[in-house]
Amino acid sequence: MTDDDRPRGRALITLDRVEKRFGDVAALGGVSAEIMEGEFFSLLGPSGCGKTTLLRLIAGFDEPTGGAIAIDGQPMAGVPANLRPTNMVFQSYAIFPHLNVAQNVAYGLRRLRLGRAETARRVDEALGMVDLAGYGSRAAHALSGGQRQRVALARALIMRPRVLLLDEPLSALDKKLREQMQVELRRLQRAVGITFVLVTHDQEEALIMSDRIAVMFEGRIAQLASPETLYRRPVSRAVASFIGVMNFFDATVTGEAGGLIELDVAGLGRVAIPPEQAPGGVNGAAASVGIRPEMLTVLFSETDRAEHEVTGEVVEAVYYGDMTYYDLKLPGADRPATVSMRNTAGRRVLRPGDAARVGWGRESVILLAERGAGPAGR
Amino acid sequence: MSAPRHRGWFRGYAIGYLVFLYAPVVLLPVFAFNDSAIIAFPLTGFTTAHFGQLWAAEAMHGALVSSLKVAVAAAAISTVLGICAARASARYEFPGRRPIIGFIMLPLVLPEIIVAVALLVVLVQLGFSLSLWTVVLGHVLVCTPFSIAILSSAFLNLDRSLEEASQDLGEGRAMTFLRVTLPLVAPGIVASLLIGFTISLDEFIIAFFLTGTEPTLPVYIWSQLRFTAKLPGVMALGCLMLIASLALLGAAEYFRRRAQRQTGETGGYL
Repeated sequence: MTDDDRPRGRALITLDRVEKRFGDVAALGGVSAEIMEGEFFSLLGPSGCGKTTLLRLIAGFDEPTGGAIAIDGQPMAGVPANLRPTNMVFQSYAIFPHLNVAQNVAYGLRRLRLGRAETARRVDEALGMVDLAGYGSRAAHALSGGQRQRVALARALIMRPRVLLLDEPLSALDKKLREQMQVELRRLQRAVGITFVLVTHDQEEALIMSDRIAVMFEGRIAQLASPETLYRRPVSRAVASFIGVMNFFDATVTGEAGGLIELDVAGLGRVAIPPEQAPGGVNGAAASVGIRPEMLTVLFSETDRAEHEVTGEVVEAVYYGDMTYYDLKLPGADRPATVSMRNTAGRRVLRPGDAARVGWGRESVILLAERGAGPAGR
Repeated sequence: MSAPRHRGWFRGYAIGYLVFLYAPVVLLPVFAFNDSAIIAFPLTGFTTAHFGQLWAAEAMHGALVSSLKVAVAAAAISTVLGICAARASARYEFPGRRPIIGFIMLPLVLPEIIVAVALLVVLVQLGFSLSLWTVVLGHVLVCTPFSIAILSSAFLNLDRSLEEASQDLGEGRAMTFLRVTLPLVAPGIVASLLIGFTISLDEFIIAFFLTGTEPTLPVYIWSQLRFTAKLPGVMALGCLMLIASLALLGAAEYFRRRAQRQTGETGGYL
């Protein structure tokens, strides 16, 4: 655990063993977490993992069937959505089609009875915040997908909520716009200082934007940590393969000596690692190790040296321009390992069938308690 | 090749069908302006006298006013009932939802004469005296299924997250319904009102059985048909009703298109 993983400041949302059942199906099986004031928090997981269910429970659209949610110290049981200090950006954006942009943004201000001038001022301010100044009189249907998303954002932020909930807000946008909005959302969150809770299935999006990420599988949090810890120190095979690309090798725990765990890794050989590199703990001799593609190095020159070296054969080479991804067959390993190499000046690209020396260091290895048959995803 | 001959047959069929459908309607204005008491060719001359008679016919005016009252009341009541039923069936799951909706929709296919006789028997047994209100009651029964059918599609097309967004922005259920739900299903409501109004206006059987001393327009027209001399007057009346329904339809279409332009959504309810 690094310092980034410890919650800092004051807990704004407290989830205490939150459960949600739909009939016989448990969508959430007892989730506990604290979301801190001012942080960008992501709920990350595949579809059906319960992340959207959890967001809707926080927003107040559904009531949990067990456990408790508190926001700012106030228990939320029985408090309807319209009385909670949360605002939501819906996946469909839910822009009111019968209202224009300014009326949409001003929708929630009616209850505050601010008067015409103050309402207009706040609407202009909110539209300016999302780069839509001057769009107030546009009809809702005359907006592009990216603009609708900004209107939804302005409509929620104008309420000055304690928490902004975002339900897959970028999934409907094309790739380029999505990448641009990821950066903008992050900038906006820092500027307004409001706690953001983002639901996403896109691990890259979560890594780019979040202070902390809760990875969810089957209604439970599998790991809650900073992006860096999630990537470098996943606690299980499931987390390791969901975040980025991970090579898995079968490994056997052979003993412990001098505070180090001794391993025999199929395809890589013997290595001893400190306990920090077994974030999920050790459980019996049968285990596996994970190693990221960029942690393996193809040693092109005779004189290149690494802490550990093995020689394998190129099965496949995929050329991406800036990078080349090699699938390498290592003797003793049951499946090829993926290695990513930057195509620096003068560096050649190997072809299938070529022999390759692969170097790696012991810090790049993660020990995972389970073995599995799943291939490494790219 | 037989294609051209086929095309000829289809064209002939289509024209024959349209003639069958609209020729009687076209004859209405022709005889309404014909200067003769007998409905027959050849035409004898142009006159607007039949319209003058209508203007003077006090009983017809009474019947028209009765019909309008009944139609407005029936359309309004069946639309309100339709909003409640359509909203419930589109939003909530409750035990017996399908059978309940099924029974409400049943009058669509029940023979009207059975509904009319049954209603008459029950109302008389319960000691109600026949009046325009009993006609309204019967018409509500017939119009409500149409209202539900129209409004169900309006409510089903309504994205649920719009109502959630309104609640999320601080509005309670009542204000959400007023500020979001109602405006968005408004085209459906207008369509339901117009359909209910039209159905009630020209409904005859139920009105005939349940009307008291004040006849509705269709009942009045039927009573006039027994006198040949009154026939051209009926033609003139029919002519005016035709113009009125076309105007009504035009208005409905105008509102539907305007709503469509506002929301940018396609597909309508009429």
